[in-house]
Amino acid sequence: MKLELRGITKRFGNFTANDRINLVVEPGQIHCLLGENGAGKSTLMNVLYGLYQADGGEILLDDEVQEFAGPGDAMRAGIGMVHQHFMLVPVFTVAENVILGHEQAGFAGVLKMKEARQRVRDISARFGFDVDPDARVGDLPVGVQQRVEIIKALSQDARVLVFDEPTAVLTPQETDELMAIMQQLRAEGRSIVFITHKLREVREVADAITVIRLGKIVGEAEPTASNADLAALMVGRSVDLTVHKEPAQPGAEVLRVEGLTVLDENGLKVVNDVSFNLREGEILAIAGVQGNGQTELTEALLGLQNKVSGSITLNGAEILGRSVRTILDAGVGFVPEDRNRDGLIAEFSIAENLMLDRSTGEPFVKAGNVQRAFRDEFATEKRTEFDIRSGGINSLASELSGGNQQKVVLARELSRDLKLFVAAQPTRGIDVGSIEFVHKRMVATRDAGVPVIVVSTELDEVVALADRIAVMYRGEIVGIVPSNTPREVLGLMMAGERHTEAPEAAHEVTA
Amino acid sequence: MSEQQSNTQTVTPAADAAISEVLEKKELRSWKAAIALALFSVVSIILFVVFPRHGQTGFRWSGADDLITLPTWHVDAATTGTVVTILLVLLTALVVWVTLQTGRLAPRTRRLITTAAVIVFALAFMVAFLAWAMVGNNVPVTGLLLGTVSLSVPLIFGAMGGVISERVGVVNVAIEGQLLAGAFCSAMVASLTGSPWAGLVAAMVAGVLVSFVLAAFAIKYLVDQVIVGVVLNVLVTGLTSFLYSSVLTKDAETLNTAPRLSPVAIPGLSEIPVIGPVLFNQSALVYVMYVVVALVFLGLFKTRWGLRLRAVGEHPKAADTVGINVARTRFWNVSLAGAIAGLGGAYFTLVSVGSFQKEMVAGAGFIALAAVIFGRWDPIRATLAALLFGFASNLQNVLAAVGSPVPSEFMLMLPYLVTILAVAGLVGQSVGPAASGKPYIKG
Repeated sequence: MKLELRGITKRFGNFTANDRINLVVEPGQIHCLLGENGAGKSTLMNVLYGLYQADGGEILLDDEVQEFAGPGDAMRAGIGMVHQHFMLVPVFTVAENVILGHEQAGFAGVLKMKEARQRVRDISARFGFDVDPDARVGDLPVGVQQRVEIIKALSQDARVLVFDEPTAVLTPQETDELMAIMQQLRAEGRSIVFITHKLREVREVADAITVIRLGKIVGEAEPTASNADLAALMVGRSVDLTVHKEPAQPGAEVLRVEGLTVLDENGLKVVNDVSFNLREGEILAIAGVQGNGQTELTEALLGLQNKVSGSITLNGAEILGRSVRTILDAGVGFVPEDRNRDGLIAEFSIAENLMLDRSTGEPFVKAGNVQRAFRDEFATEKRTEFDIRSGGINSLASELSGGNQQKVVLARELSRDLKLFVAAQPTRGIDVGSIEFVHKRMVATRDAGVPVIVVSTELDEVVALADRIAVMYRGEIVGIVPSNTPREVLGLMMAGERHTEAPEAAHEVTA
Repeated sequence: MSEQQSNTQTVTPAADAAISEVLEKKELRSWKAAIALALFSVVSIILFVVFPRHGQTGFRWSGADDLITLPTWHVDAATTGTVVTILLVLLTALVVWVTLQTGRLAPRTRRLITTAAVIVFALAFMVAFLAWAMVGNNVPVTGLLLGTVSLSVPLIFGAMGGVISERVGVVNVAIEGQLLAGAFCSAMVASLTGSPWAGLVAAMVAGVLVSFVLAAFAIKYLVDQVIVGVVLNVLVTGLTSFLYSSVLTKDAETLNTAPRLSPVAIPGLSEIPVIGPVLFNQSALVYVMYVVVALVFLGLFKTRWGLRLRAVGEHPKAADTVGINVARTRFWNVSLAGAIAGLGGAYFTLVSVGSFQKEMVAGAGFIALAAVIFGRWDPIRATLAALLFGFASNLQNVLAAVGSPVPSEFMLMLPYLVTILAVAGLVGQSVGPAASGKPYIKG
């Protein structure tokens, strides 16, 4: 089925998310939609899928204009979508999720579950999936959940399939498998829209590439285009993808984590017997697919987790079991993973956010009174130093772009006297300019002698920043390897293959 | 590159070192059940051993006009108390032992033993307590159970309304208001028309009207659902009280003298000893309740209606992306929940009393809400929970009637105490519908 978008425009208030976008996807073609976070890719696809109503333009399938009042209409017309955040009900079985919305039912609406299970098995067999129709979706690994999403779309015989950032939650190996599935779907003559911001994937499967920036189409490219060319198109200027840093000059050991185990409220070991150490002036990157215990590990370092055992020593003093206040005062700086939820208070001004973790005493507070003059002076200085682009120090955090919000968090954490700096996903969802800035500051922090732990799910970022890389899988550290480790090896480790460092290297690191 | 890195050999995969696919689980010990049983054991030692009451207590298993009469059991209160206390202590020890075996015994086995122990414990405690409290009297077992069912009917209707509403994603604190509106309208319409059936229809309509307000504010205007529910309860209480004083009492003959639904014995079934008269010699509304509970259960888990309803309550966006209209599904199912709860209100006027009284529902809606949570949003379990609460209320009535040594003020607290204990302590981690109480905003 041929898909054509003509002049699609979508506005949210004053903000134009999609500006007159034209796109043609031929049957049997994988069409890549490439763009940065926030470029408007997902909005466009939500318009196509009927979740948003376009303010202008039209959608054509096989040259016929379509009117979609909701996703139901789009599905009936033959459009299927594999969502970035899976649209699956966790407490339902696979079969229940697959039939939801177009159930076959007999007398009094009683569901025909037998047929539903068979349907799941049929589609699974066709693509070589191993999916149990009676498994509870919430119990399945994310890779399998994604296959359930694909089965769901195919059970409606979707002729146009949209994959919205499908590889964000996958290991490199799972990503390869997904690419193979997409090629198989293409061979069946389906039209595929593949949304991503990862250049490598684009070059691997795309038949055509459209690049979108700030809601507009900025160009088309051949799959043979170089990474640098694609990146330049995507961000609108030539980008330096590497981080410049001198070799690390590790000093004395600062942090030692031994046998750290964190339980969640159900008693699951989300961090399982993790041990590592960290020395002055080095960056340890924690790599791994999202949700393998990285969040809980960093939160445990700051004292935010409850059921913790093992030992964390900072400069020889035990900090496990101490209050967050004590740990902050001991000199731990922390950039939380979810900036908007944990990093900032959206309704507070920049100045207020900058003193959030120093409200207990001088110099910011004297005799219970906030020293406003001092605070404002401090904020003005930091705003310049960290290049926070805003109307002023009294702008609300919610009015800032993601990149500038992150700079506020960094400014707050880095302007204390630090002994350890922990940054979880510091560049997630921010623009390229801010990413460069954040990377530079982190390297500068390292060079000032402060040990840095950075958690990232982006392998490129991990490799660019790290002096050493620890890979986490299912709550365990499967290995700590040097930053020049080949990507394929890191990929295998992210899928749970255990690796050991060569003896000399291990000796070197712990010496 | 640094010296550290250049010295490193290439990493090599270790042969058999892949990590298992599932996370390891450390079992957490829960002392809740053990502590609860220990507390009750202490209570029973104090009541039955330290302050025993001497004399005979009879347990009567049949009413005077039953077809088959069973003999009355007579037991010595003090002996029963001692024997039961020993049993209770042993059961407590068993549960403590099982708790200590966490990690060694399979979780299933532990759960099974604990549940069985708690049930036996509760029954034994109840026998000893009745024998102790009613020394010198007969315990009318059938009467006790009959009263339990009577008091539970509005709770069960309310709980079914609550289950449907919460499963579709709208917290229904307004059950109280729906019951009260149902009670008021059914009394008035039944009195005016002379037909209790018309009264039942009116009760459903009244419940639906309360639901409309809840649904409109919660779904359309995204007002906090708990606040809307609380305000609705106050509104309905005020409105019915005002209309009662200003309209119903002016002409109680025509407006507030409802024809009552009388018990209908089901031939055969009603003659079964003990449970026959309790379950099968009831008013038509109780039979309607059996059907409603069965339909809600089957409907929720076996039909298209139930699948969509649950999907909307668990993950509204997922439901939206497969073409289910979330707002509409919520609106109509909250309305249905109101209709069912309204029927429960009719029970007060058309079965129990025969007329409307000010604030006659007296908190039943909140106990129904507790039954929903205690029953973990499952219709069958919620029904059992409602029966438990009904039993507690009725026990208080019976004990007050024979003049038990426990102060009646304390006995009045009993149902609420059971509610708090049940909801707080014994449910464990119950997880409700994920999106319950959260408004769905498209986009």
